[in-house]
This record gives sequence, C-alpha cells and structure tokens, in this order.
Amino acid sequence: VNKLLTLTTFLPLLGALMVLAGGRGLKDEAARWVALGASLVTFIVSLVVLGRFDPSAAEPFQMLERARWVESIGLTYTVGVDGVSIWMLLLTTFLFPVSILASWTITKDVRRFMAAMLVLETAVIGTFVALDLLLFFLFFEALLVPMYLLIGGWGGRRRVYAAIKFFLFTMAGSAFLLLGILFLYSKGGAVSFRYDVLLGVAGGLPATTARWLFLAFFIAFAVKVPLVPLHTWLPDAHTEAPTAGSVLLAALLLKVGTYGLIRFNLVFFPEASKYFATFVGVIAVIGIIYGAVNALIQTDIKRLVAYSSVSHLGFVVLGLFAFTQQGVTGGVLQMVNHGLATGALFLLVGMVYERTHTRDLDQMGGLASGMPWLMGAFLFTAFASAGLPGLNGFVGEFLVIVGTFAVSNWFGALAATAVILAAIYLLWSYQRMAFGPVREEHRLLPDVSLREVVVLAPVLALLLLFGVVPKLLTDRIDPAAKAVIARVAPDQETTDVGSPVRNSAGFGQEASGP
Amino acid sequence: MIGQAVLPTPELAFEPVLPELVLVAFAIAGLLYEALAKRSEPLVHLSIGLVGVALAAATSLSLWSWDGAATVLGGTVAADRFAVLTRLLLLVVAALGLILGHQYFARSGDEQKGEFTPLLLFATSGMTLIVAAADLIVTFLALEILSLSLYVLTGLTGRRAANEASMKYFLLGAFSSAFFLYGVAMAYGATGTTKIATMALALTGSGGTQALALLGFALLAVGFGFKVSAAPFHMWTPDVYQGAPTPVTAYMSAATKIAAFAALIRVLDVAFQALAWDWAPVVWGLAAVSIVLGSILAIAQTNVKRMLAYSSIAHAGFILTGLTAPGAVGIRSAVFYLVAYAAMTVGAFGTVMLVSGRGEERTRIADYAGLARTNPVAAALMTLFLLSLAGIPPTAGFIAKVNVFSAAIGAGYWGLVLLGVLMSVAAAFFYLRVIVLMYMQEPDEATATQTDEPGRAAGAVLIVPAAATLVLGVFPGVIVGVIEKASILRW
Repeated sequence: VNKLLTLTTFLPLLGALMVLAGGRGLKDEAARWVALGASLVTFIVSLVVLGRFDPSAAEPFQMLERARWVESIGLTYTVGVDGVSIWMLLLTTFLFPVSILASWTITKDVRRFMAAMLVLETAVIGTFVALDLLLFFLFFEALLVPMYLLIGGWGGRRRVYAAIKFFLFTMAGSAFLLLGILFLYSKGGAVSFRYDVLLGVAGGLPATTARWLFLAFFIAFAVKVPLVPLHTWLPDAHTEAPTAGSVLLAALLLKVGTYGLIRFNLVFFPEASKYFATFVGVIAVIGIIYGAVNALIQTDIKRLVAYSSVSHLGFVVLGLFAFTQQGVTGGVLQMVNHGLATGALFLLVGMVYERTHTRDLDQMGGLASGMPWLMGAFLFTAFASAGLPGLNGFVGEFLVIVGTFAVSNWFGALAATAVILAAIYLLWSYQRMAFGPVREEHRLLPDVSLREVVVLAPVLALLLLFGVVPKLLTDRIDPAAKAVIARVAPDQETTDVGSPVRNSAGFGQEASGP
Repeated sequence: MIGQAVLPTPELAFEPVLPELVLVAFAIAGLLYEALAKRSEPLVHLSIGLVGVALAAATSLSLWSWDGAATVLGGTVAADRFAVLTRLLLLVVAALGLILGHQYFARSGDEQKGEFTPLLLFATSGMTLIVAAADLIVTFLALEILSLSLYVLTGLTGRRAANEASMKYFLLGAFSSAFFLYGVAMAYGATGTTKIATMALALTGSGGTQALALLGFALLAVGFGFKVSAAPFHMWTPDVYQGAPTPVTAYMSAATKIAAFAALIRVLDVAFQALAWDWAPVVWGLAAVSIVLGSILAIAQTNVKRMLAYSSIAHAGFILTGLTAPGAVGIRSAVFYLVAYAAMTVGAFGTVMLVSGRGEERTRIADYAGLARTNPVAAALMTLFLLSLAGIPPTAGFIAKVNVFSAAIGAGYWGLVLLGVLMSVAAAFFYLRVIVLMYMQEPDEATATQTDEPGRAAGAVLIVPAAATLVLGVFPGVIVGVIEKASILRW
C-alpha cells in the first residue's frame, strides 16, 4: 500500500524487461507503445505521490520506505521525498513519456532504444528518491550505462567520442563521491549508509575533515551540473546525443548534480559550505557568463542550447550558495524551469533537424514562413528560457538574483548580465532560423504533425502555467528550502519569498561587511 | 612413568581431505579410461569429471557442520568453514571449466584431448588442498600439484603460442616456487615450525627472531604475488592467459586466484597476524602497483584475452586492497571479491570462447565490432561481465569494490582507496571500448561471427556466471551471511 515510491521507481524497469523479453517477436511499433505505456503509468503513479505529499507536514521526508538490504555492510533500501525531490521526481516522470513520444522517429534497434530509455528512467528516479547514500551512489552510477548507450548507439557523427567522454568524466567525478561516502561511513559508529545516520556522523566531524569531504562530494556533483571548468563533456554529449538523449541529459541528468549539492553538500557540511561559498559563487558566475558568451558565438543550434545550459545551471548553483530563502527556493525552481524550457528547446531543435537535416544556423533561414506553428513554439520556448515575465523562467531567475543581491551586489550584478545575454543569443538564433530568405530546399517542409503537437503541448502549457502560478511549485519547495537554510545559516530568519533578508553566511560577506 | 618415548600418532581423521581424495580418485579413473578404452568418448570424460566434482562438493559441504578438531592429520589440514566455502567455489569454477573445455575441444575438431579432464581434476585437487592447508609444507605441496597441472593444461593444444606460454609459465613458476620454499625455510628458522597455527603463537610476543620472520614473509609474498598475479610479479600472466586454450584461461584465471588468495589469507591473518603492522605496507604496495600497472597496461592491448589478463592483475590489486584490513573485515571483503571475480572472469573468458571460432581465432578486440548485430546474446553477456569488471552497479563487481574499499578505509588506507577509485575510471575506459565496438560499430564482413551448435551450448553454461554476477550485484545478502560464517579461521 505504502510502496508508491518503489512502484514509481521500478515500473519503468518492468517496462524495459517487457520490451526486452518480447525479443525479435516484438514489432518496433509495439515496443514503442509498451515503452510509452510504461512511462505514462509511471507518470500517473507519480501524480498520486504528489497528491499524497503534504507540504505542511513536520517531518522532512514523506512516504518513507525502509527495508534492510545488505545488512553486513549497512546498505539499506530507504526512499522518501521532500519538497525538492518531489519536483525532480515529477519532472522525470513527466519528461520521459514526452521524450519517448518524441523518439517515434527512431528506427534503428527500437527495442533496445526503448529499453535503455526505461532503464534510464528507473535510475534517474532512484537517484532522486534514495535516502541511503550507497543506494544513491548505486543509482547515480547505474544511470551512466543507459545514457552512455543512448548517446553512443543513436547519436550523431562523433557519438562514440562524446559517449566515452561523458562516461569517463562522470565516473571520474563519482570516484571522489564514493571515496567521500565510504570515508563518512567509516567515521560512523553504526554500520549504516542511511541518510539520517550519516547526517549525524557528518555533524560530528572536525571542520577540516568536513571541508575535505565537502570537496569530494562537490567534485562529483560539479562534473554533473556541470560547473566550469569541468563542463567540457557537456557540449559534446548534448550535441551528439539523439534528441531524447539531449532532452534527458539537460533536463534531468544535470539536475542530479544540483540535487546532490542540496541534498548532501549543503546539509551535510554546512560549515564547509559557508567556507567555500565565495569560491563556489565565483565559479558559478564564471559559468553563467562563460556559458552565455559561448552560446552567443555558436552556429550549431544544438551546441548553442547546450552552452545555454551551462549558463542556466550556474544560476541554480549561485542561488543555492547564497544561503537565502529566495536563493535556494529560486535555485530549486530554476531546476524545474530549466528542465522544462531546455527540454522543450532540445525537442524543437530535434524537430527542426528532422526536417532540414542541418543544425547549422547559417544553413537555415525563413523557416517561419513554411512552418509557422513550429517556429511559433520555438519562439515561445525561447522567451521562457530567456526569462520573459509571465513565463516560468522569469520567476526562478528573479528569485535567484534577488537572493544573490541580498548577500552581494557584485555577484548579483554579474549574474544579471547573463539574463541579457540569454535574450540576445536566443532571439538572435531564432532570427537566423526563422526569418530572412527561405532556402530552396526548405521551401516545402511540413509543419508540426499531430504527434509533435502531443509532444510539445503539455510542455509548453507547463511553461506558461508555472510562469503565471509559480506558487504551485514554491508552496512545496519553500519548507524544504527553509530546512536547508536552517542548517546552513541557522542565524538567519527565514521569511517567505518576497522580502529580502541580508545574511551573514553567504559568499558576499566581504562585500557586505561593516 | 618412565617409558620409551612414544612417537605421537597424528589423529587420523580423513574426512577433511575427502574432497581431495575424491578428486584424485576420479582423475585417476579418467586416466585409466583414456589409457584402456579403445576409443575414448569425450562425453564419458566429461561425466567422470562432473561426477567427481559433484561428489567432492558434496563431501566438502558435509564439512560445513564439522565439529571435530580445528586441524587434522597432525595439524596440517584445517577443517574450518573458510576451507569449505573456498572449496565449493573452486569446485563450481572447475565444473564450469570442464564444460567449457568439453565444448572447446569438441569444436576444435582435431584430436581429442583425453588428458584435459584428469589434469583439471588434479589441478583442482591441489587448489582445494591449498585452501585448507594449515602447514606451509602442505601449502607448498598443494601449490606444486596445482601448478604442474596448470603448466600442462596451458600447453595442451600444442599450438605454438600455447607451448610458449606453457614454457614461460613453467620457468617463472619454478622460480617463484623456489622463493616460496625459501620463505618457508626462513619462517621455520624464525619460529621453529612450519605449522601455521604454531607459527602464529611463536610470533606473538617473540622479539629477536622477528627480522628473520619478516624476511620469510617477504619471500612468501613473492611466491604468492606470482600465483595471484600481483604486480610486479605478474610478467607471466598476459602471455599465459593469451596463449592458453580459452577454457583453461577461464578456469585458471578464477581458480588460481581463489586458491592462492585463500592460502595467502591464512598466512597473513593467522601465521603472521602478530606482525600485521609490518606486513600491511607490503600488501599496500603490492595492491597499489598491481592496480596501477594492470589498469594502465590494459589500455594498450589489442587482444581481448590479453586485456582481460591485465585486468586480472588490477583485480588482484583490488583484492589485496581489502586484505590491508587485518582480521575478519578484510577476509570478508576479499572472499566476496573472489566470488564476484570468479563469476565475472569465468563469464568473460567463456564469452571470449563463444565468440572466437575454432581454435583461437577472433580474439582481437577489433573482432568484436558489431557483435551486438551478429551475436546479440554473446554481446549482452560480454557487456554484463565487462560492466561488472569495471565495477558499475547493479553488478557483483560494484558491491565487491565497495566492500574492499570500505574495508581499506576502515583500516585507514584512504590514499590507496583514492588510487583504486581513480584507476577504476581508467579501467572503465578499456572495458567500455569493447562495448563501444560491440554496440556502436558495424560488423566487419570478413569476421562476421557465426555461432555453431557447441557454441550455443557453451553459451547456456554462461547463464551460471551471468546470473551470479547479477544476483550478487542486486542481492549480495544471499551470500554475505555465508561468507561471514566462513570468515573465521580456525587454528
């Protein structure tokens, strides 16, 4: 009965097994429908999870499930959700059916493709709900394999290079994570990897040890986010991956990194987080600007969107390490927003590519005349991604910038420039795609098909919905954000979003000091 | 009462060595059959081998609840659960090796190799004896029994590469045996005994003879380092693994490691337990060098068997990493690693055999291009085993690595663990390369693989290691309890 999270996590895996068990007898069409069905059922179950989630509950984690797994080493199966992970969970279960439907055009090894997608879904959900550090690490590592196969098996021309680079970068990062987890575990008296147990262990560590552990965790998540200079795998992986792969990489896998920062770095090592806050803030701002400038000079539209992710994720990290209510809430909100908006951009880029067979902006032009609906959707999404008020990107970015200004004017001002840059590169690329003389070979391209409408409509609707009623999200995020702040900056009074509070903990200490 | 000095008669309890007696009896039966039958049937050989192994396993299993003396036959053979578990593991590997070998020789089509089964049984008897050996002389004897059988098995096909491998193995093996024996002599000099238990007592609290004991340990470490193929004593491994017939490689890569590590564990954690502070740096060093050399050198390989050989060197390093933690924690982690490693290495070499055609063709890494298309089952199996070797969840290799790393961190060696996790990343590169070839590239027309009937049967056998790799990765609890009970050495 109370196994909802387990059900959500493993339903996709069940679907994958069904697809694979079908063998050669299973027609491609059937495999697609089974995969779509499995991911839709998962989504429905996750909606039930959302319905049962009580934002006003006192205990931080809800729908907890605990089971012993490997007692000798203290590995347990513990899952639960709080106001952060519930949205990551929903984002995951929502984007998977969308991506699967968007992959209808895949014709090579359909069964394997769909199986890899579903296995990936289980692994991603697992990372978001796991409340046992080794269990988290297990999912964290396991999601590499299906993603690696998706990029390498169905990607573009340089797919093998991109896939290996992705795998090795992430695995190198997670090597430090494993070391950190094991070290923390060895310091605990109890043989357990459970989140609450190790949280207690982390609280009793000497400051120097905690700082080293912070760095070990941080490297792993910084690769995933990615923060400059550990980001170099991202443009390759995003560009070479098939459309669904790019969507999921940008919307979900990057979030695993920021989620890890919230769940572990901030909460486990509050003192070290403060100690490194300025450092993290600096590389986050560098990432914001570096990503935006790089996006500005790209002619490959997919690479452009990839670099815009580097910029946006810098925002998220900046917000988190401001240690203000606005910053943390805005950061989490931005995780959801970026997932939806960038996911939609990659979907649209994929649809354009299927028609024009090019991703080079210089080879396009005038597409709006032949495909008004597709280009209209593109413009809408670009606005959302650039943070136009009324669409979802605005609220998150605004909160992050407000939260950042509360602690440091410099960081706030620098971050704000990226909002302008984002508008430039997105609208400029749109202009090069949609306007101007149409090329001869692009004259008779079809506009969106019914399937593509079904793919895009729900995502675009959410972009609008969360722009108009962000309260839907923030109501559940706020308590979780408060809990984080209470640990990192306990001296700071937490208020509801909207009233800036100066704090004494964040990276701006020098700037705002007496 | 004054009487003539009575020579102490050792207690004659033969049950603890029944598995060895059974194995040797069936080996001799196989030899007689080969010599006397007009035309020996491979199936009869296989049956003799499998029945022998099964009976040996049954007799081992009955020792699980042995309540007699800790050591029997004058304190030379231990009758503890550690011996039971490692024996059973060896016997499973032996059974897999027998079936794979049967397929291999049936497929190669040239003259039958009637010696294969008896030799493999002899080798196994040496291995099952060494895991129970409670006296370094018995350890040495068992080491020689298994080594001599393996030298011959390596050169069994008479191909050039196999002969060369066999010769190399023999020469270097003889050399390392000398080191080992010299080490036994030194240890005897230091403690006045070759019995592992008595040695432990003698070293506890002894002062002056410790230097000699340490010298003895160093020499023993060379001998063991050779057998477990830990760097820098690994030189033979790539050549022998590549040159030997693939089923023999599959068998010995797993079984030799289990046997030699089990014996090493008795030496480390019983005989020299009082000197743990002194031997830990040696184990540490061997582990670090093995992990680094094995992982780095594997990257440059172009032959799958050779690549897996270097990977086995790295894995020896990982097992040694676990053993840096003295006592039950280290033993548990090492034994779990051995179980996992046995499953994945037998599986990987078994799949190599499945893919390679007659003889030893198609063992280049390049031959794996597009395997997912030509032979999806073999490609899927290989992927599973490679992911496990790389330590990616949810496979046995992942849990095994977590175990040894957390044991080493618990003992304070986090530097070694850092090295281990980083080298795991380097290692992931060469495992991934094979997966890339199998799934992401088109098959080369000339080498497109056709699996023949015996090949398919061999594939069916690989279900055992494949299931073990998965089950131990997802539900390691099924064996952890057993390992815990078996990690207490009685002496």
